[in-house]
Amino acid sequence: MPNMNMVESVNSALDTMLSNDEDVIIFGEDVGYFGGVFRTSDGLQEKFGKHRVFDSPLSEGGIAATAFGMGINGLRPVVEIQFADYIFPAYDQIVNEMAKVRHRSGGEFWCPVTIRTPAGGGIRGGHHHSQSPEAQFTHTPGLKVVYCSTPYNAKGLLISAIEDNDPVIFFEPKRCYRGPFYGDPHNVPTWGGHPEAEVPESHYSIPLGQARLALEGNDCTVIAWGAMVHVCEQAIKDSGISCDLIDLQTLVPWDKEAIEESISKTGRCVIVHEAPKTSGFGAEMVASIQERCFWSLESPIERVTGWDTPFPHTTEWDYMPGPDRIAAAIAKTQEN
Amino acid sequence: MAGDSSDIPLHIPDAPHRPGDESEFTDWPWKPEDLGMLEMDCSAEESSEHATGLVRVLGDDNSASGKWNPNLSPEDLKMGLEYMLRLRIFDDRMMKMQRTGKLSFYMRSFGEEAVAIAQTMALETQDWLFPTYRQPGAQFVRGRDMVSMICHCIGNEEDNVKGRQMPVHYTYKEGRFISVSSPVGTQFSQAVGVALASRYKDLDEVTITWIGDGASAEGDYHYALNFAAIFKAPVILNVVNNQWAISTHSNFASGLQNFAIRGIPYGIPSIRVDGNDFLALFSVTRWARERASMGLGPTHIEVLTYRAGAHSSSDDPSRYRPHDENEYWPGGDPIDRLKDHLISIGEWTEKDHDELSEKLDSEVMGAYKEAVKFGDLANGPYPSSDAIFTEVYETPPWHLMEQWEEMKKWRDE
Repeated sequence: MPNMNMVESVNSALDTMLSNDEDVIIFGEDVGYFGGVFRTSDGLQEKFGKHRVFDSPLSEGGIAATAFGMGINGLRPVVEIQFADYIFPAYDQIVNEMAKVRHRSGGEFWCPVTIRTPAGGGIRGGHHHSQSPEAQFTHTPGLKVVYCSTPYNAKGLLISAIEDNDPVIFFEPKRCYRGPFYGDPHNVPTWGGHPEAEVPESHYSIPLGQARLALEGNDCTVIAWGAMVHVCEQAIKDSGISCDLIDLQTLVPWDKEAIEESISKTGRCVIVHEAPKTSGFGAEMVASIQERCFWSLESPIERVTGWDTPFPHTTEWDYMPGPDRIAAAIAKTQEN
Repeated sequence: MAGDSSDIPLHIPDAPHRPGDESEFTDWPWKPEDLGMLEMDCSAEESSEHATGLVRVLGDDNSASGKWNPNLSPEDLKMGLEYMLRLRIFDDRMMKMQRTGKLSFYMRSFGEEAVAIAQTMALETQDWLFPTYRQPGAQFVRGRDMVSMICHCIGNEEDNVKGRQMPVHYTYKEGRFISVSSPVGTQFSQAVGVALASRYKDLDEVTITWIGDGASAEGDYHYALNFAAIFKAPVILNVVNNQWAISTHSNFASGLQNFAIRGIPYGIPSIRVDGNDFLALFSVTRWARERASMGLGPTHIEVLTYRAGAHSSSDDPSRYRPHDENEYWPGGDPIDRLKDHLISIGEWTEKDHDELSEKLDSEVMGAYKEAVKFGDLANGPYPSSDAIFTEVYETPPWHLMEQWEEMKKWRDE
């Protein structure tokens, strides 16, 4: 099985779906001739023709609206918003149009659009190339929200997202495109040799709504998504505490069985995300776990998140949750 | 089946040249004598020749002529030349710093130096500047200290925006240069609001703003034109058509080969100007400023130029356009053209130019050495991460105070 980084596995998913389904088309800013600023659509225009993979005007609202129209008329558009920070001109089209059209039309129209967007920090991107706005979409009924973390799940989840008949917002942690991120900016590993970088060239899918058990343990359940999955892996090692690490993969709908099963075993829980704390998806997790697993809990649920501030440029390592903060939260759940 | 569906009638434009192609541009048919001055109170329709033509002052032989000649003094021209050359040398030094890890990122104005510099020189000091990342040169005109600009780009202890923004996202309130934001296009419609506030306060202030050809596909561009026209905002709305938005050619930003005329159906007098012609840019901007100041409303300007360098330090344009395409641009190079003009009128020599280059080189080098004393990105010291929490709100609420304490605990342990 070939070893791929996440850029290559996203490219492979797009390639697979362009081959399998004539209704799949891809467009976005710089995705056509150039192959995307992160190279995720490299070579696809040449292979499939410029009517299948093409550049769009710089207009996120226009991209989303056009994808909406194509979607209700039988195509299966996969569009890229170059950075998740730039998705907001498309917000109205996503939230009020794509997300609601199936419902508002009495089921007569639906919109099988996938919106891919690189998200998250750790690249010195400052305010506008670092945000992780998943919660701004999980709060919208009608959208599915996916956050991949490895080359293997990027491809399998992206194929599921494209094949899904509902609109899917698909976040790709840009810091992990070329290697996992363990929370130390000076440690820049590649995906080479990583088991999650063994990626089949052929079609496979990971069902939406299914979490991945990244590490198995007994004493605490750590829940994360995107780049934070790898930071949590480091933190768990550092803590010396036996933990389940649940890579949520799909935020809406999230995998309640996986969470319930793990917490009924461990009785303790830490939730980690790099987005700000207030109204972050961690808040939804805490509330739901409290509703569903209250009698299994042995200690208060901990959250480790980005601060409730804009994402900084030069001091981003004091913003992003690191292994030390996460390990301390895991230890705290063991106190009583 | 891959690639064999070429009979599908979906039209997708392309760029005129791609790597491996020979770069060819049609010679410009426009001459400085072509276009007369426009009446100050002209209607949008009356500007249509100016929107479809091209205002030039410097001809192919670099002499200045035509009705739009602003007849600037040799001293003003030399000042413009100095600002432009300073920016080019500054950009080259900053790019070297980026390549050696002293900056995280950089964006040059290469080939477009005339745009912000000539246009800002044509304004009054009380006028507001609402730039993109390709107009840093305006700050030189407004007197910003180069050390302070470099400190911002590094994000060191002396960065006036406290390490919060990426390099080139300058803020310079003293020069009425409004904070640069990464999302493209947003500033264009905001500028209309700045202008209307000046009007409301009955002040003789004009606002100038710029947007790229690519970003003119954003809704903000259209909001700006509509609001400006309806409320007769004292604003100068420039579309800097530099042909390329990263890899996306301007063919993807408009179905027309012209950006200027899009202002006319909104009801705004519109002009296209040679963006590498310092004199024409100065003149058109001066005219637009006078109209705005007289209460006659906005002007829409297409600044026709070419992005001679990469989009940014993260970009490699040889992947999507011929590496030498810029050399064939009919508008030439803005610095060379003004220099040649000054030489042709006997006000400048090659020796003067070399001496100026040397002076600016050492000025930039001196500023660089001074700036890195306050820290560089590779080695620090960095601004305090306390700045993550300040100025999010006027006063930090309790939840930020708690998180700030927690951050300090981790940082200082």
